[in-house]
Amino acid sequence: MNLTLFIWRQKRPDEKGRLERHEAKDISPEMSFLEMLDAVNEELVKNGNETIVFDHDCREGICGSCSQVINGVPHGHREKTTVCQLHMRHFKDGDIIYIEPLRAKAFPVIKDLIVDRGALDRIIQSGGYISVHTGGVPDANAILIPKEDADTAMDAAECIGCGACVAACPNGSAMLFTASKITHLAMLPQGRIESARRVCMMTESMMNEGFGSCGNHYECQAACPKGIKVQFIAKLNREFLKAVFKTYTPF
Amino acid sequence: MQFFKNTGGRKIVMAVTGILMVLFIFAHLTGNISVFAEPGSINAYAAKLHSLSLFVWAYRFIIFSALSLHVFFGIQITLENYAAKPEAYEVRRNLRSTFASRTMIWTGLAIAAYLIFHLLHFTFHAVFPVKHIDSSGRPDVFRMLVLSFQSFFISSVYIAAIAAVALHLAHGIQSSFQTLGINNERTFPVITKSGMLAAIIIFLGYIAIPVFVLAGVLRFL
Repeated sequence: MNLTLFIWRQKRPDEKGRLERHEAKDISPEMSFLEMLDAVNEELVKNGNETIVFDHDCREGICGSCSQVINGVPHGHREKTTVCQLHMRHFKDGDIIYIEPLRAKAFPVIKDLIVDRGALDRIIQSGGYISVHTGGVPDANAILIPKEDADTAMDAAECIGCGACVAACPNGSAMLFTASKITHLAMLPQGRIESARRVCMMTESMMNEGFGSCGNHYECQAACPKGIKVQFIAKLNREFLKAVFKTYTPF
Repeated sequence: MQFFKNTGGRKIVMAVTGILMVLFIFAHLTGNISVFAEPGSINAYAAKLHSLSLFVWAYRFIIFSALSLHVFFGIQITLENYAAKPEAYEVRRNLRSTFASRTMIWTGLAIAAYLIFHLLHFTFHAVFPVKHIDSSGRPDVFRMLVLSFQSFFISSVYIAAIAAVALHLAHGIQSSFQTLGINNERTFPVITKSGMLAAIIIFLGYIAIPVFVLAGVLRFL
């Protein structure tokens, strides 16, 4: 199939970018979206042009590197799919595809489709440590955890930190990301000890990194390639309410 | 750390003040309904309210405080959110957000603007005044409402403002529950639908007066 692509090109972080038209010719429906871009890049190299720069790593849907906004939706229109797992069979011959980087103040564009998502790592760092016993290796399953709690913690831990939630959010908020990190620790006894401090530090850090506030639009859940649910944001809010009286002064 | 500077802290203020105002809107609506009872009853209701001046002033103080906080933090958070998303997408598709959720700041500002007019009109009688005393010596609220809403202009502005309120609440009610953490997968659809239903009830309940006046059902005998 043949496609027309409008791809965001931006040489440097401080330079103004623009959409550039490219033709993708003889694309196989078996290709992934990234392989399609590889094919376009090979053509650009052949003609001596600069390649389109995009992020990718595992190409099996678990690393969260390949974030691109395709036709206005992070990771494209397929539900619970990363760009590397989005296959060209979901497009038609002659389609026009717009490819843009994730957009938020906290995600500055480095080049073309690559943005700096370091702000998400710094939110995790601000959450700090969990307390563990030192000394001998504890027996496996020495701490009993209800099955439902373990399941919820694992559901939250599915977040791959790709930033699609931020890109989809009209407010550029990282609330779904932060909520999944908060929930997966808060559901487990090991994470309870520092839970109050953690939720306060991580929400503060989210604001300081330039992310917006949650407006409960729920675009994040719809865009999330791992189907992280907005109920985790309600969980974060409950954790925050519990922490308020321990940690906060009014002004 | 400072509660009123945190994203979560300010959202809690928005949710709590929002819920307080929703309760006020329902209380106000139950008062309004007396206009449909016998002609003197809304005048009696107004006179009764005015006789409880301490209660009324405490009530006004709470609602005014809630409103001020809601407006202040609403504008502040919205400006921060705009700053967090400086560049728009060339192509953008919304998946889950609603017209109501995306227009919260605009319906909010429209409601604030209308509120000023509403108070100047019905409370302070500074614009379009209809001051009249009924046969029992009470301020004639019934006459004020009917004469005012017979103006197509006043009625349309009122109905438009109530539409803004309904849109604001269609998102706002479920949003406040989510912000307060009173939400899980089981309650989520129930809360969302109840919020919508409350918004519809408020819309129909409030526009009933101007609609019935314009239709000639509510009039002087």
